[in-house]
Parts: sequence; C-alpha cells; structure tokens
Amino acid sequence: MRWTDQQIEEFIGVLLRVGVTISAAVVLLGGILYLHRHGSEPVHLHIFRSEPKDLRDIVGILRDAEADRAVGIMQLGVLLLIATPIARVAFSIFAFLAVRDRFYAGVTAFVLLVLLYSITFGR
Amino acid sequence: MDILVFTLLVGAGSFAAGVLGALTGLGGGSLLVTMLVLFFGVDMHYAMGASLVSVIATSSGAAAAYVREGYSNLRVGMVLETATTTGALFGAFLALYVTTGMLSLIFGLVLLYSAWVSGRPQDDSGKVDDPPDPLATKLRMDSEYPTPAGRVAYHVHNVPAGYGLMFVAGGLSGLLGIGSGAVKVLAMDQAMRLPFKVSTTTSNFMIGVTAAASAGIYLNRGYIDPGLVMPVTLGVLAGAILGAVILEKSKPNLLRKIFTLVVLALAVQMIYNGIAGKL
Repeated sequence: MRWTDQQIEEFIGVLLRVGVTISAAVVLLGGILYLHRHGSEPVHLHIFRSEPKDLRDIVGILRDAEADRAVGIMQLGVLLLIATPIARVAFSIFAFLAVRDRFYAGVTAFVLLVLLYSITFGR
Repeated sequence: MDILVFTLLVGAGSFAAGVLGALTGLGGGSLLVTMLVLFFGVDMHYAMGASLVSVIATSSGAAAAYVREGYSNLRVGMVLETATTTGALFGAFLALYVTTGMLSLIFGLVLLYSAWVSGRPQDDSGKVDDPPDPLATKLRMDSEYPTPAGRVAYHVHNVPAGYGLMFVAGGLSGLLGIGSGAVKVLAMDQAMRLPFKVSTTTSNFMIGVTAAASAGIYLNRGYIDPGLVMPVTLGVLAGAILGAVILEKSKPNLLRKIFTLVVLALAVQMIYNGIAGKL
C-alpha cells in the first residue's frame, strides 16, 4: 500500500497527540499517588544529589512502576513522553521508505540512532 | 515547605509559564528554569531536567496540530535535526564541565536574546526571494505552504549557515535544558529565509526531537526528578492549551510586550547571579 503525504502527516499528528495524552495521564496518576502518600514530607531539591540508580534507566523505572512506587509511575510517564518524538522519528523512516526516498530515510535513521544512543548509553 | 504545597505552587507557576510560552511562541523552557531557580530555590540541574521534559510535552502537543495544516517542512526539519541532536549530545557533555555560575550567566544571555526575538515583528516583510541555495535544490528542500490566497512556493537559502546555527541551538538545549526555539527561528527565519509560518512550525516540530536527545542523557545522569517534573509538565501542558485557545481569539500585543519586559528582568537577575557567584 502507498501512503499519501496527507496520510503520513495525519498519522504523525495522531501519534504525537496519543503519546502526549497517555504520558500526561500516567504522570498524573503517579502524581496523585505521590501526593497522597508523601504529600506531608519535606522538599529536598535545593542541592543536587542525582536521582537514585533505579530512576535513571529504563529497566529500573519499569521495575519501580510495577512495584507500585509513585515515583516509578511518574518516571514511567516521563519515559513515555521521551519515547513520543523517538517514535515519530522511527515512523518517518518508514514513511520515507514508503515513497522510495532512500536518502531521507538514511538521514532519519541517523537521527534515530543518535536518540537511541542518548537514552541508553548517553552520560 | 512540604511536598503538597511545593507541588501546588510549582504547578501554578508552570501553568503561567505555559500560557506565556504559548502566547509568545518563545521562552517557555527558559522561563521555567529561571522561575524554579530564582523563586523556588531548586538546584539548576533539577530545574533543567524538569524544563526539558515539559518542552517535549508542549512541542509534541503543538506539532500534532501544526503538522496537519501543512506548514512544516519535513525535509528541512529532518536534515537540521542531524545538527540539533548531535549538538544536544555535545551540549550535555559540556554541561559536566561548566560551573553553575557560568550556566546561570549563559542562561541570562539566552534570555536576553529571546526577549529581543519575541519583540521583533513576526511577518515576512523584508525577505527577498533570490535564487535558492544549490544545496537546497539538490536536497529537494524547496516547497510550498498554504496561505489565504492558495498555496505559495518558496525557496530555501543558505543551508550551511542554518545548519551551523542549528548545531548551536542543539548545544544550548543540551547545556541548559531548554528548547532553544529562539535560536532555531533565527536559523530558519533569518539565515535560510523560510516564510515565518514555516520556520516557526518546523522549529516547533524539531524542538521535541532535540529535547529528547538531551533528555535521554539527563535521565541517565539523574537530573530528572519525577516529583518536580510532575507539576512542571502537567502545569505547562495545561497552560499551553489555554494559551493556544487565547491566541486563536486575539492578538495579544500588550501581553507580548509585558512578557518581553519580564524576560528582560529575569535575564538581568540570572546574569547578576552568575557573575556574583551566588548560585
């Protein structure tokens, strides 16, 4: 099947909207739990200490969210939000290939690689 | 201050920043970092992390609306994203070696520049459409965009200058945790001479991808605190939606001027803090 430019743009629009909506909903859910459980504790953001190890990578965040930890659920929402533009770039590779535009598919693949590197190994 | 009160106050402030950011099209992220650091005493690194995440949310939300209207130029956007994402990696790397005072100073300068950009007239007056850059032709970048009088074709100029500026924009995004829309507009509007609607929407489209490149690194470094990101992102997103509704109904020229003054004041404060070594 051949995609028209119109269909590609519509799909990207839907992809972005769905990604942002789901992420915001997950962050909100985690936020309600967080305030309910920890609302009366003091704030500790004046000095930078770096987040604990489990909130810094994909595996740790998933494990925390599964264990019903509020911070893990909020961070999962953040992860979904970061994944939204990455998904858009991944889809664009497919879209350029669908119109047999190899040059732009390659350019887009490069951008995707940079993004994947950043989220996995970037320090 | 306990977490509940802090969350509500930060949420309200972020909502205001979201409204202003949407009304002016600029300065959402930089305004947020400044507010968190100066008013809430949050460490600069956490502030940068939270701002960056909210930038992804607003940019993706707005891009969803723009992409269907046919203004953004996907080819120009994709080529320039190779510059902004690698620039973002470089900027995030530099952030490890720059002191907080220095970050504050650079931040203030970027704010000053944003205020200048948002105060400029936003139209296509004074743009001359001479022959396109041969490189743009080779890369099939020239395109057309919808206007009330039908679709209008345009050429893309000076690709190398635009590309270089985009690397700088990406670098600032990684260094400071902002979208750096102001520098992106400079690259596309001034250097590449794209029509204003095309450069703003394409810039918006790119901001999310640039921010995602920095955000991955920020997450790995522990700059992203979920308890802070939550009120910031939800507040900014809600504010941006309201801002977009207001923008549809009126041209807020007075608001834009007030915003410019606010940004100027914050810029001076950040520069002062940077020089005085107070941060």
